[in-house]
Amino acid sequence: MPSLDCKKLLSGKFISRRNKEKLIESFFLINGVIVIVILAGIFILLVKNALPAFKEVNFAHFFTAPIWNPDAYEQPTYGILPMLASSLMVTLGSLVVAVPLGVGTAAYLSDVASPRVREIAKPAVEVLAGIPSVVVGFLGIVLLGPVLARLTGTYGGLTALNGSVLLAVMALPTIISLSEDALSAVPRSYEEASLALGASRWQTVIKVKIPAAASGILAACMLGMGRAIGETMTVLMATGNSAEFPRGFLGSVKTMTSTIAIELGEVAYYTTHFHMLFAVGLLLFLITFVINLVSDIVFHKHTQVQG
Amino acid sequence: MATKIRMKAENVNFYYGAHHVLKGINLEIRNNAVTAIIGPSGCGKSTFIRLLNRMHEIVPNARLEGRILLDGKDVVGSDVDAVDLRKRVGMVFQKPNPFPKSIFENIAYGLQINGVRNKALIEERVVDSLKKAALWGEIKGRLHDSALRLSGGQQQRLCIARCLAIEPEVILFDEPCASLDPISTKKIEDLILELEKDYTIVIVTHNMQQAARVSDYTGFFLMGELIEFDQTEIIFKAPRDKRTEDYITGRFG
Repeated sequence: MPSLDCKKLLSGKFISRRNKEKLIESFFLINGVIVIVILAGIFILLVKNALPAFKEVNFAHFFTAPIWNPDAYEQPTYGILPMLASSLMVTLGSLVVAVPLGVGTAAYLSDVASPRVREIAKPAVEVLAGIPSVVVGFLGIVLLGPVLARLTGTYGGLTALNGSVLLAVMALPTIISLSEDALSAVPRSYEEASLALGASRWQTVIKVKIPAAASGILAACMLGMGRAIGETMTVLMATGNSAEFPRGFLGSVKTMTSTIAIELGEVAYYTTHFHMLFAVGLLLFLITFVINLVSDIVFHKHTQVQG
Repeated sequence: MATKIRMKAENVNFYYGAHHVLKGINLEIRNNAVTAIIGPSGCGKSTFIRLLNRMHEIVPNARLEGRILLDGKDVVGSDVDAVDLRKRVGMVFQKPNPFPKSIFENIAYGLQINGVRNKALIEERVVDSLKKAALWGEIKGRLHDSALRLSGGQQQRLCIARCLAIEPEVILFDEPCASLDPISTKKIEDLILELEKDYTIVIVTHNMQQAARVSDYTGFFLMGELIEFDQTEIIFKAPRDKRTEDYITGRFG
């Protein structure tokens, strides 16, 4: 069988130049469509599997019941509040750590660091993003957990605080990298104007550059937040996974992601519990979708102003 | 005409990396006068004016030899803080560069970073600066609008007001009308002539008529050298150097 050489096929010997253009065009079109189809497919899958849950469980129950206890002997309850609160707590806690640290690092990299330091530090930040989440979780168990336990006098150290700190580490690369881009995109003329008025370097960074880059920095933080709220393995390992309603940062929590990861492996298919887990996944999907959408809008507003 | 010397460049050589940009510049800037620096593009005139308030230091690989004196004291030495110098020697740039803040905040900024906390005082100085910069009449009542909504000429006068608010002694203008229309240019020129009474002014311009209109002294730069420096009238009517004459009569540049 004569082999059909792709190169020959595209070189125009078999097909005209116009057809070649069309072929290439449709190739990229298909690529673009596939992504959207996958996204829509996931969404439909989630909705389809989540909806049957609400045949048996009341919608209001889902959002107001204070306990998630699908294995209860008499009356299983499916309240999402404890895990929603856990997820939000851990995520917001991580932002409290990651935002000041991330923006500060970005300001350092864009305005203070010598080119040489920057050459080393920027790739290092990006490598940080590549650390597998299971490794971060591992550090949470063997390193951060005991340290926090000793510092706070709690037992074991597998707490919301532990998860928050680890998630902060994981959100940092996104926040640093995108904030640094936003700060570097601030027109040099603003910086010159500020310095010429007798402002110091730090005054210039804090009072002129960061406000001018605010929307980019905000978008960076929101993307970091999106990363944190969807993160599973790390929080699963570090937070102790107690199904109770969270009692504080020094208590154990079980996030939405952890709940799905832990329970979906053991649940009987097509039961209410099974469908409920999809409902949790759907809500998580909607939350991250909104976060990403908002940060995208904020970021585009930012680039338009700059442009 | 006042003749006291306010600033002085002594044997100034300036390099960007290996590139020798300014060669042996000696120039005196007189008090309460307008000194114009003219010359073709790339002659080093903007580079020179930026040395006067050490704005060259924000560019890496820049190296300065020689002395820059303000009231007889070297301002480039390591014992002088660039921040203090820039409060005394203000600068207006080629392209209007207001901050993306309100008109009020643009002017208040310079006061705030200098530690002025008194709100009434800030307000008073903002209004005062806008009046001095001949902008007050056009924008009063809109103090809290974004500065970016002003026209180019208004933005440039805002930048001048911003500079005036911190009460500098010397003001450097780096081609302040390069991006403005003729009417805005006229307003800025009138303003410069007005400011001359209270401030020492250095203006870089590629527009020779502008130099002739606003300045008392003119220096002609060519390829990093100061070819000729004298009273503006002499430079334009009876230049001693052939190259100056060629340039001002439009034979090159």
